[in-house]
Amino acid sequence: MLFALTAVMHCVLPPFYFRLIGRQMLDIGYYSLPVVGMTTLFSGMVLALQSYSGFARFSAESAIATVVVLSMTRELAPVLAGLMVAGRVGAAIAAEIGTMRVTEQIDALTTLSTNPFKYLVVPRILAGTLMLPLLVLTGDIIGVFGGYIVAVYQLGFNPGTYIKNTAEYLEFIDVVSGLVKAAVFGFLISLMGCYHGYQSRGGAQGVGAATTNAVVSASILILIFNYVITGLFFER
Amino acid sequence: MSQTPKIRVRGLKKSFGPKTVLNGVDLDIESGESLVVIGGSGSGKSVLLKCILGIIQADAGSIQIDGEETLGLRGRERERVMRKFGMLFQGGALFDSLKVWENVAFGLIQGRGTAKDEARRIALEKLAQVGLGEAVSTLSPAELSGGMQKRVALARAIATEPEIIFFDEPTTGLDPIMADVINDLIVACVKELGATALTITHDMASARKIANKVAMIYEGRIIWHGPVERIDASGNDHVDQFIHGRADGPIQMQVTRP
Ligand SMILES: Nc1ncnc2c1ncn2[C@@H]1O[C@H](COP(=O)(O)OP(=O)(O)O)[C@@H](O)[C@H]1O
Ligand SMILES: [Mg+2]
Repeated sequence: MLFALTAVMHCVLPPFYFRLIGRQMLDIGYYSLPVVGMTTLFSGMVLALQSYSGFARFSAESAIATVVVLSMTRELAPVLAGLMVAGRVGAAIAAEIGTMRVTEQIDALTTLSTNPFKYLVVPRILAGTLMLPLLVLTGDIIGVFGGYIVAVYQLGFNPGTYIKNTAEYLEFIDVVSGLVKAAVFGFLISLMGCYHGYQSRGGAQGVGAATTNAVVSASILILIFNYVITGLFFER
Repeated sequence: MSQTPKIRVRGLKKSFGPKTVLNGVDLDIESGESLVVIGGSGSGKSVLLKCILGIIQADAGSIQIDGEETLGLRGRERERVMRKFGMLFQGGALFDSLKVWENVAFGLIQGRGTAKDEARRIALEKLAQVGLGEAVSTLSPAELSGGMQKRVALARAIATEPEIIFFDEPTTGLDPIMADVINDLIVACVKELGATALTITHDMASARKIANKVAMIYEGRIIWHGPVERIDASGNDHVDQFIHGRADGPIQMQVTRP
């Protein structure tokens, strides 16, 4: 908790290391694209298939497009991207910072008049918070596209009608709530990675434990905050 | 000797949970002197250095640098005091994501805002001073041998021309010849900078070479303190046992017996 406050405080106070922030954005954002893309593509596809087999009985096939786009933007894209990035990026952050901790590199930063929070923690937290929404937005589009492919090429829907149905029931708030979730998840993933890495003790074993803890705690926090944010947006 | 010491430590205490590591350390280091603290593994030598640097928060006591109390300094104030220090870490602690010259230039670029070209020029100069050529400067630390890593770490520690340099077991893990090379470099660098040096080690050959004065830490306190010439006639059983490396004596290692 104190760690989170210190980290946020350093996020808004100068000096900033823009080059490091840029590099982390590339690492967290760009290199996570394939993973997030694959996850959301197949989720969109399976959603279309599942809801078809469910809805066909009630001859409500037109609802499929709506089901796909709402589930993707509100829930699946943020949560799945969050969990995948937690595994990929959260673990990497914890391992890197943990290794720097146990090999005294973090202490060395301090003796070279550099604040490790500013140099290591802030760039990762900013990059996580900014890049996950972008990833999720991309994931939204890819997921909807996955649903479209299945609906049109496998189930034989009319392409025009499918796109019309997709756009018709989608509201601004659906996308925004998903992106807000993504920003919060990105923050949590980086924070947990940095925190557990920073606290690691005792050699390779300590770094291993830090990595596991970072991924597990980030994943659980993502699921909890998903519930909380959904409640805030859609209650009543 | 009315001059204030460069570093004055009084009653320094530090415990980790139930384990007391430092139990009232008193230590003075005069400006320009080279003090070597000897003591067994796990006797708290590294913890002592890190407390003085403020990397570890001490529990009690006083640490004065140039007469200024530094215990409890934070943020900007702490950074200002840190600028006086250079430190060579036990494992080198080179940043493995940066090239060799970027490591050496780090304190100049990040800490002092030196321009990159200028910092690079100084870095190459310091690397030459520790016997490493320009070819090495673009390698990454992982590509270097242990002895070379130590030399790069030494170059990094002296790059900002600090007033005070700490060396944490500079020769541990090196072969005797490389250890002696490092000892010579330390002596030369400290002399050239006119810096105050604090070295911790359990390598007596290294201690004799580097030190003007020697102090021995045992059970969380300094039990002997004197000029290096007097170490063979210290009149202290603990010191005698340590410098002759005997298993029998007042210092009993914790060995579980059947
Ligand atoms: N951050 C820490 N947390 C808990 N115990 C520590 C920590 N740092 C050092 N210690 C303990 O303090 C003792 C002294 O360590 P150290 O100063 O590294 O010994 P050495 O004299 O070999 O350098 C060791 O027993 C070590 O386990
Ligand atoms: Mg040590």
